[in-house]
Formats: sequence, C-alpha cells, structure tokens
Amino acid sequence: MNPDLQKERAGASFNPELLTNVLDGSPENTRRRREIENLILNDPDFQHENLNFLSRSQRYEVAVKKSAIMVQKMRKFGIADPAEIMWFKKLHLVNFVEPVGLNYSMFIPTLLNQGTTAQQEKWLHSSKGLEIIGTYAQTEMGHGTHLRGLETTATYDPETQEFILNSPTVTSIKWWPGGLGKTSNHAIVLAQLFTQGKCYGLHAFIVPIRELGTHKPLPGITVGDIGPKFGYDEMDNGYLKMDNYRIPRENMLMKHAQVKPDGTYVKPLNNKLTYGTMVFIRSFLVGESARSLSKACTIAVRYSAVRHQSEINPGEPEPQILDYQTQQYKLFPLLATAYAFQFVGAYMKETYLRINEDIGHGDLSELPELHALTAGLKAFTSWTTNTAIEACRMACGGHGYSHCSGLPNIYVTFTPTCTFEGDNTVMMLQTARFLMKSYDQVHSGKLVCGMVSYLNDLPSQRIQPQQVAVWPTMVDINSPDSLTEAYKLRAARLVEIAAKNLQTEVIHRKSKEVAWNLTSIDLVRASEAHCHYVVVKLFTEKVLQIQEKSIQAVLRRLCLLYSLYGISQNAGDFLQGSIMTESQITQVNGRIKELLTAIRPDAVALVDAFDFQDVTLGSVLGRYDGNVYENLFEWAKKSPLNKTEVHESYKHLKSLQSKL
Amino acid sequence: MNSEHPEPDCQQERRLQCQSSPWPRGERAEAPRQRAQGEGSTGGAAIASTECVLCGWTPPSSWSAPAVWLEATHLASLRQSQAMEGNPVHRVSAGDAWSSSMHPDIESERHSQSFNVEELTNILDGGAQNTALRRKVESIIHSEPELSLKDNYFMTQNERYEAAIKKKFHILMLAQRLGWSEGSSELQYASRSVSGDLGFAIHHIFQKTIRSLGSEEQIAKWDPLCSKFQILGTYAQTELGHGTYLQGLETEATYDAATQEFVVHSPTMTAIKWWPGDLGRSATHALVQAQLICSGARQGMHAFIVPIRSLDDHSPLPGITIGDIGPKMDFEHTDNGFLKLDHVRIPRENMLNRFAQVLPDGTYVKLGVPKSNYLSMVVVRVDILLGEVLPLLQKACTIAVRYAVIRRQSRLRPSDPEAKVLDYQTQQQKLFPPLAMAYAFHFVANNLLEFFHHSYSFILDGDFALLPELHALSAGLKAMLSDFCTQGVEQCRRACGGHGYSKLSGLPSLLTRVTASCTYEGENTVLYLQTARFLIKSYLNTQKSPGSALKGSLPQSVAYLTAPDLARCPAQTAADFLQPELYTTAWAHVAVRLIKDSVHHLQTLRQAGADEHDAWNQTTVIHVQATKAHLYYVTVKIFTEALEKLESQPAIHQVLKRLSDLYALHGILTNAGDFLHDGFLSGAQIDMARKAYLDLLPFIRKDAILLTDAFDFTDQCLNSALGCYDGHAYERLFQWAQKSPTNTEGNPAYEKYIRPLLQGRRARL
Repeated sequence: MNPDLQKERAGASFNPELLTNVLDGSPENTRRRREIENLILNDPDFQHENLNFLSRSQRYEVAVKKSAIMVQKMRKFGIADPAEIMWFKKLHLVNFVEPVGLNYSMFIPTLLNQGTTAQQEKWLHSSKGLEIIGTYAQTEMGHGTHLRGLETTATYDPETQEFILNSPTVTSIKWWPGGLGKTSNHAIVLAQLFTQGKCYGLHAFIVPIRELGTHKPLPGITVGDIGPKFGYDEMDNGYLKMDNYRIPRENMLMKHAQVKPDGTYVKPLNNKLTYGTMVFIRSFLVGESARSLSKACTIAVRYSAVRHQSEINPGEPEPQILDYQTQQYKLFPLLATAYAFQFVGAYMKETYLRINEDIGHGDLSELPELHALTAGLKAFTSWTTNTAIEACRMACGGHGYSHCSGLPNIYVTFTPTCTFEGDNTVMMLQTARFLMKSYDQVHSGKLVCGMVSYLNDLPSQRIQPQQVAVWPTMVDINSPDSLTEAYKLRAARLVEIAAKNLQTEVIHRKSKEVAWNLTSIDLVRASEAHCHYVVVKLFTEKVLQIQEKSIQAVLRRLCLLYSLYGISQNAGDFLQGSIMTESQITQVNGRIKELLTAIRPDAVALVDAFDFQDVTLGSVLGRYDGNVYENLFEWAKKSPLNKTEVHESYKHLKSLQSKL
Repeated sequence: MNSEHPEPDCQQERRLQCQSSPWPRGERAEAPRQRAQGEGSTGGAAIASTECVLCGWTPPSSWSAPAVWLEATHLASLRQSQAMEGNPVHRVSAGDAWSSSMHPDIESERHSQSFNVEELTNILDGGAQNTALRRKVESIIHSEPELSLKDNYFMTQNERYEAAIKKKFHILMLAQRLGWSEGSSELQYASRSVSGDLGFAIHHIFQKTIRSLGSEEQIAKWDPLCSKFQILGTYAQTELGHGTYLQGLETEATYDAATQEFVVHSPTMTAIKWWPGDLGRSATHALVQAQLICSGARQGMHAFIVPIRSLDDHSPLPGITIGDIGPKMDFEHTDNGFLKLDHVRIPRENMLNRFAQVLPDGTYVKLGVPKSNYLSMVVVRVDILLGEVLPLLQKACTIAVRYAVIRRQSRLRPSDPEAKVLDYQTQQQKLFPPLAMAYAFHFVANNLLEFFHHSYSFILDGDFALLPELHALSAGLKAMLSDFCTQGVEQCRRACGGHGYSKLSGLPSLLTRVTASCTYEGENTVLYLQTARFLIKSYLNTQKSPGSALKGSLPQSVAYLTAPDLARCPAQTAADFLQPELYTTAWAHVAVRLIKDSVHHLQTLRQAGADEHDAWNQTTVIHVQATKAHLYYVTVKIFTEALEKLESQPAIHQVLKRLSDLYALHGILTNAGDFLHDGFLSGAQIDMARKAYLDLLPFIRKDAILLTDAFDFTDQCLNSALGCYDGHAYERLFQWAQKSPTNTEGNPAYEKYIRPLLQGRRARL
C-alpha cells in the first residue's frame, strides 16, 4: 500500500464501510454484491484482457466471448434477480457494453409489451436463451428524436399475407442499433405501416436479417457495422437497409394494433405502458451518471493523493497535489455531485418501482410527473457528469490523457448518454412542457402537487418577474433546508419568466409552435433550475435520514458544498431574483473554501466508499493500493507496440536518412 | 509581493517548460523564423517557367511532376481562381462523385450572400496572396494519394504512426523538389492541409534547443546532422513522477573527471522520462534534462545530448531502456515514449554549454542566463494557438453548422416540413457562441503574435521591459483559448447528436486532439496563476504612488486598471448592449473589481499572520477567477479593435460585429453573477443584455454557412462525412461506413462464439 494513501485512510473521520452500506441500500446488499463480484474475480474463466491494447475488432470479439460465458455462468450461479444480474454485469463487463445487450434490454421487453401470447410463445424462449439474437432498430440515418419522421415503410400485401419492408431513401437506412452490425440475426424494426392504401403510423415488426446456420445477410437485406466511433468499441452498432423485403403477417407485433389477413387495420386501445419502459430506462440512466462520475472521482482523488508536485512552501518536500486549493476546487464539488446523483439515482429507482405498482393497479396519475422528471433529470445529470468526467481527467494532468488512467474510456463510454434515449435538449424541453402546463394550471386556479408544488406559492398578482424581490431573503447559508428554499425560489422565478416570455411570444407570433421555439432557451433554463432544485432537495432529505452521526456529518458537508457551489456558479440567478444579496454571495464563496478544507481529510475515504473493484475502474492511476508509478511502467511495457525493440517502421527512417 | 517577483524569473519559466513536456507538439519550431522572414516568401512561385495560360499559376522550376498529376492540380487551382472572381468557392476534390451536385439545403444557404466570403477568407489568411498560396499548396498536397487522411479513422495506433512517418517523408521529398525551405509558409500550409498528422515534430524542437542552448561548436556539429535527418532527436524533460516543477526532476548527470564523461542515470522509478514525442520508436538521440552533479555539488538542470539508439540497426544502446508509453486518447501518430538510463556515459562535450560549462577538471562555470530559452517557450505557446488549437475549433464549427442545415428534425409548425435543426433556437444557442469564439480567437491569436514580434525586436536589443507582459499574456491566453476551444469543439460534437459520436464525423478526433492542449505546454491552472501574479503585481504598482506618473508606464494590457471606472452601467435599452464601448467597459469593470478582490483576500490573510505561500495557496481560486475575467476583457477588446480596422469593408464589418457582440454578451450572461454582484448591472439590465443576445441569433443564422465557408477548409482537410462542402452528409456516411474493416474483413467472433450460442435454434424455429 502506498504510504500516502495509507495515511489518508488512517486519518478519515468515518468508516467508509458504513457509507458503502448506505449507498448499497443495506449491509446485506453490500455483502451480496461483493459475493457476486468475488464469483467473477475468483473465476479463471473471467480473465480480463487489457482492452486498451486490443484493436476494435478484438474488443468486439472479447465482448461476444464474455456474453457467451456469462449466459452459462449466471445459470450456474443461479443469478436471476434483476439487481443481482446488474451487479454481475457491472463488474464483468466493465463498460457495461455488450453486443447482445439489446436482445435483453429492448428485443425481449418489446416482445413482452407488444407481442401477442402466440408471438411470445414463438419467440420469447429462443431469444432468452440466445438461440436467436435480436436487436431493436428504430433510429434512422436522417431521423432520431422525432419518431413520426421515420421513413422506413411496411406495406401489407393481402395476396400473400406478407408485409413488404422497404428503405426508400439513404436517410431511411436504420443506423446505430447496437448488435445490429455483426451479431444479431433478428431485429424488431419500427416502420410506417401502410395497408389498404393508407398510412397508420409507426408499428413494430420482427424481421429476420441473417440466415440461421450461415449468419449471412438474407436476400434483400443490406446490413453492416457503422464504422469506428468515439467509444463503444465493443459494440457493433449497425446499419440496415431493406429492399422490398417480405415477412409474414404474423411478424407484426399485434398485442395492441392489428392487421387482419384481408388488410383491415384494427386500432390499438390506449396504451401507456410503453411510456413506462421509457421512464425506466431514463431513471436507470440517472443512476449510470452517478456511477460513471463516482468512478472518475475515485481515480482523480486517489491519484491526487499519490502525486506530489511543486511546492507550496519553499524548502519543504513537494506536497500532494490534493493539498492545492485549485485542485480541491476542481475535484470536491464533483465528488459532492457524485454523491448527490447517487442518491437521486436511488430515489428514481424506488419511485419507478412504486409507481410501476400503481400502474399495475391501473393508477396512472403519477406517470406524467415522473415522465417529465426522468426526462429532465436524465438530461441534467448526464450533462453535468459529461463535463465532470472530463474535468477529473484534466485534473490528472498529462497522465490523464493516457489510456492508463482509464478516464478517456469512462468519458467516451458515458458521453453518448447525452444524446441517446432522447437528446438532452429535447428532454429538457419535455420537462419544460410539463412545467408550463403546471404553471397554467396554477393560474387557472387549480393546485398542482409533487415536485412542482412550489408553483402554488406564486401569487398570481406578481406580473413582473422583478417583483419576486419582495420574497423574504433570509437564506441561511449553513442550513441545507434554507438553501433548498433558495433553489426553489430560483426555479419558481425562472419557470415564471419562461411562462411569461412564452405568453408574450404567443401574442406576437400568433403561432404557438413558433413562440415555443423562440422561448426555448428560457424554457431549458427553467427546466435546469427545476432539476437542480430537485437534486438539492433530494440530497438534503437523504442526509436527514442518515442515523450514523459520523456519516451524517460528512454527507452534510458534501450536501452543503453541492448546494453552495451551485449558487456560486449561478450567482446571477440568485442575485437577479433577489434571492440572495451580494454579501451573501461573498459569504457563500468563503464558506465553499472552508468546506474544501473540511472535506480534504475525508476525500480518499469518500471515494473508497464507492467500493469499486480495481478491474471496474480499469485505471492504473486509480488503483486502490496507490502503487501508481511501478504499475504504469509495467502497463506501458505490455503495449503491443513494444513487442519488438526495433519497430518495423524503421525502414522508413532508414530510407529517409539515405535520401536526404 | 512585489519584491519577491521582480520579473517572471527563469526559475518560474523553467518550471513551466518542464510542464510543457515535449509531447504533442505541432509544426511550430520553425515559426519565429518563418514569421520573421515575412509571409510573402513563397519559395517556388517567383520562378517563372511554365505559366498556366488559364489562371496564371506557375509551378516551380524544380518541379517535375507527371502530366496527369499536373492536370489534376491545375484543375483544382483553376476552380479556386474562378472562385476568386466571385463565384462560391467549391472546395471539393476532383473526381469526387458528389462534388458536382450541391445538396439543395446547403445551396440555399449560399444563395444570397450578405458579404463577400472570399474577402473574409483573405482577411483570415492575412491577404489575398496568402490565400492563393495556401490553396496552391493544398491542391498539391491533396493530389498526392500518399498524403490522404481518408483511412485515418480505420487505422490502428501502429498504422497511424507508420503513416505519419511516411507522410513526413513524402512532404520532405516534395519540399526538396519544389524548393520549399525549412520554416517556409508552404511547409506550414502543407502541415495544415494534412492536419499536422506528421512524424518528427519533436525532432525540430531538439534541433531548435541545440541552436539556443548550444555553443557555436556544438551547433556546427549537430545542426547539419539534424537538417539532413542523419540523426533523429527528441526532447526528454518530463518524468513519470514530475511535470510542472522542474527542480523536482530526478534524472542525474554526474561528471567523472577521470574519463571526462557524464554518467547519466535514472535513480528511481519516478525518474523515468515519460511522454516525449518521437522517443518511443523513432529518435536516435535525446536531449535529456538532468540534474548536473560535478565535484560533488548539485548545479541544477542542464541539457545533455544522449545517443539512445544505434545508428546502424536502430536497436537501443547499452544502458538504455526505451519504448512507447502505450495507447492515449489521441496523438496516435506520435510515438510518445519512456526512457530509463542506467549509468549511461556520454562525453563531456555533450552537455549544451552556451550558458554553463563543466571544465575538464570538473569545475562548473556559469556563463549567463538563458533568456532565449524563455522566449522560445513564449513562441511555442503563441504558435500552438494558431497551429494546433484554433483550427480545430474552426473545423468543428464548420462541420456542425453545415450538418445543422442538412439535418432536418421535427417540425416548427405542424403544417411545415421537418425543419433544419439550425432553425431551432436551442441549436443556435449551442453553435453560435463557439462560432463567435472561432472568429474572436483568430484576431486574438494574431494580435498576440504581433505583440510578440514587437517585443522580440526590443528584446534582441537587450530591452526586456516588455517581457513580463508578454509572458503573462501568452500564458493566460494559451490557457483561456485552449479551455474554450476544447469546450467549443465538444459542444459542436454534441450538437450533431448521435452522428457526432461516430468517428466518421471527424469530431471525436478533433476533440481528443484539442483537449491535450489544456495540459501540454503548461497545465492551464498553473498558467492562469502565472498571469495572476502579473496582474497582482501590476495592480500593486498602481497603488504605490496614486495619481503619479507611474500610470503611464503600466503595461498596455493592464492599463485599464487605472482607467476611470463607472459604478453603474449606463445602458437603458437592449440596443445599448450592442455598443462595443459599453460591453468592453463592463468587462473592464468586472476584471478590475475581481483583481482588487483578489489582492484584498491575499492581504487580509497576510495581515492575519498567514505565511506568504500558504496565503497564496488559500487564495488561488479567486486569483483564477480574476484572471479569467481579465482575459475575457482582453479578448473582447482585441476583437472590437480589430473590427475598427475593417470599417472600410462595411458588409464584413457588420457580420463580424454581430459575432463580436455575441461573444461579449455571451460572456456577460454566463457570468451574470459577477456583473450583478456590486450592482454594476441591474437585474433589468441583465434582461436587456439577454434580449440583445437572443435578437442577434437570427441575424447570425442567415450568415452561418458563409461564416464557416470563409474558414476555407478543404473537404480532405476536414475529413468529415458530415461536414463536406456539398452537404451530402448521409451518402458519405453510408459510403464510408461500408469501407470500415469491420465490414470488409471477416467476423471471427461468429465462428468462435456466436455460432455455438445459436445452436439448437433449428429445433424451435
């Protein structure tokens, strides 16, 4: 163990194990998670190749191999509980990217949600056992977020009782689906349904794409990999072009809508359950933001405790770089954010499960708010995390740029979260739509409930945004509750401004849609402020629930830092809304520095509490034992470029020297 | 404070240089010389031989190209010459299937031009003759298949490295044939058109360092060897455990008087040299920075020429452990390396001894202070801004803006077709601030370059008065521009949605390359703090003798510290915020307030008894904040002043002024708290500024494509499936994807793993 880390761990004010239990939900969860992790760590079949030294095609191959082993092992170990499967995959897959992943996350759930009993009987068993491998093809090269714009067509031919699937243009080629390029032999394809000369909008079809036995693309199918990406090297994101390709009528998923053999279209009953899947994935992504940011913080904080550089006082030994105020200011607010998002992620998961039960009983009342909240929080947490991971990487200086740090990999794996499952700006605008609806509701005299209930307190006589100045400004910067109030006032104010600007534009432009576009920057700001408030509120509430005093104390400091740092970064909003005064902002900045000093002794213990195994971090700089430099040297020596002492490209140098 | 920092001392500087580990460096060692010679030295163009009858272009006499090749080159330059007569500039390669037809969505953007794009390009190039020369070089480079970048995205690290060496080799051959001299504009343009994807960048640093730190005999011995590539050099400073802080370096060079040799040695793991470019696989010699020990005394850092590889078979020499440091985020074409020295003996003559030497008996003699060393660092910083940092933001803007008019998504009105994403306000908010920065920073970086030349002439005459300011400005602007350009590129990448994640968009590679500039050549936080020291010192100077003559002597970039200051902003309408005077003053006000605040915090802590160094560390966060405000002020001021000079071209002036307004206002709005803090701006004024800002967006929208066209990047140089000039993004994306090795080579994973998985399927299906 590196002596610096040893010293850090000895000097912490709390026992990280207790905090790990809080993060896992209970000591029992921690125990079971580690048990599963140890199954993997102690099993020679799960040797981890160092992905950094592999080519893209090798990384893909390793990922396929891992999936194959995993299917057998999970059966063997009897791991079936969804949470346990998650623990298993998180350690085993490192990046959580697997070519057969969409078979489980999209193909099977869609089959369950939208397939008839007969269809489920036919496809479910073989897809669960990976006897067929399915993917989900929605996005097209020219169309993403706006589903109605998709161009792929499925035209019913009553004579043969088949659908003819076609990609009429270049922009209609299915593009991006994971596992489509090389792995899958079936795809659920979303296409515009045409029957009896009429378009009925998007429907889902099961399309065989590769011949069973040879894995060759079927006639009429053009399929392949979309080429190199920023990250996701393990994944064969693919393209799919269908040239008047015929599938039987039974391959349309017909639980809700149907096409009769004669071509008659039968409308679906109203179905909000697909809504539920979307909400689930987005709330899951909030947790993923927390996880990725926690990893990045673990690496940057540990390395900052090991790395010594320069001097603070002349003549003294070089200090740990974590002792520099600028380094603390870079890292500790991010560490606080990681904890905030951990708790928000846990809250989202609980809420989803609770509401899902309600939905099961036919109660859909909470779904709109949850839907709006998951959209906004997915965007808010992923945007923040994206920037934060990069900040952690840069805080590691030059070595952060090397793949040995693991940070480039965390970044490129995480960053698509900002655009997939709904582009973040669009997500923010969805939340804004809900906020505007709630605002209008309050104005028409109805109370709203849930996280937006603060809108009830907006007195309707306050027409001018400036008048919020009359709100009491007795913010106590040492009280998390009081800071939550401040964030609430900021959200209320920005929602009101957006609503009023929207109304003004509607009057001027005579078109709601144009007005919406011309207010969209304000609307995004309002959503961000709302989400920021929700995060501060949830973090504050979580801290109060903690029983153990030492844990509560350290989390309270992080919670304060998170709230105060946000105020400092958005001081304009708090000043302009007269929520805080100039001298309070000055106090906030001063208090932040005090908190940096107070958190410093606990920094390493705080990242230890995330309890990542070294293999999951994939980082030489972030090793638990802190023996960074020795291992960095060993790591570099393993690079395939060092296999021979004289590189083959020496021939170019040789000829250069002879010709010049 | 003042007395402790009489001037940016050498120590400080060398610390920095240490930080500026010589990895990822572009083609910049030649810069000072090239600039000094002036932009017009065009190598071949002066030699009249076979003048083209159509466009008057003259190939250099030394040029003996095959006829077919000539023709292609000629066609390209012909197209450019037509362009110069007022047609839109069609920057697409000959023989490209899509080049003749423009995507209607991008063509419509170029229909009505509110300004002459070509004139703007000339301004960016520094004159029409430079534009012409650049295009001539580009057409030569692009007609060489060996210099194509097309396969870059599909290559392994090994292949990238090999290709970069091959390209360098090819360009050197070209240069020899065409008479492009070392450091010429032609070579710079050549490097730009292959995006700097060339080997041996550090070889030039090696050579340059010998020129500045070596004695005349040493230069006479080593310089010709470098020029003829008979040896290949690297510059080895950064160690595994040491970067920013030069005194912390551990490598030792101990003098042995008995044999008149130095024994160069890496005593610990952390002493291993780590990161130098060209070291891993190419270099035969390294310039090693090591602690000199002679006659038992430590004499600090000195530079030693250490042979590391055999000149016969390239194998490592005895005592040398050497290799590549492994995969990085980017710079895959550069073989950043490690070097472990085990008591390696080199002759006494291999210590660079212009400023210090060791006599045969081991006596250490100091011969002066290496100020040129210090200057070369400033040059490097100025140069990476123009060569390695800014073009990447300009490229990213070009790609993202072009794609945003091709991409249609959702509807603005239910009855309309799907709208171009650039018509969405939120998309404009993402792309136009980076676009404005791309222009602002062009003028800033060039202004800094001019200031450098200006100071340099004084410095050569032994007048070092401008040095502290030059140092502070170059450090601060390097930090600010690399930070902002990195954020801007990432913003552009994300604004392209999912396709921005594909390497074929070109954007991931731009990001991974530009982001390295935040830590190389001085880690940005360290650089901000160096500028902060200068600001604090300057401010304290103004306090020493209030109202005295000292005011006049404040360095130009901080003269505003004593300018009359308003307590309140006079703006009364949104339109007032479009006055350069008004927003420049606003930035000056905030910068002064924060610098004062910074000094106040420092003094308060000192008076409370804190040790000077602890007090500094406890106030660094606010110093960085103040420095950032200062730099924003400087950039706003430079941009507005540059525009004043363009008033004779009203159309261009108008379009650039909108960018200048947007740049200044975007900064004010994202830092609104700083402006509201002391009531300089009221809440109502912030709302006015926001209105002014939002109202600018639709105006810039109309010119957006033209503004990116004016950067005049060739399609080959952009190397993006999304950002091509003709707008056929989707076709290219599809075509390029099919060329990916994942599609052209087999799928071993199927046979090994997928097929066994799929077993048993027939029974059920």
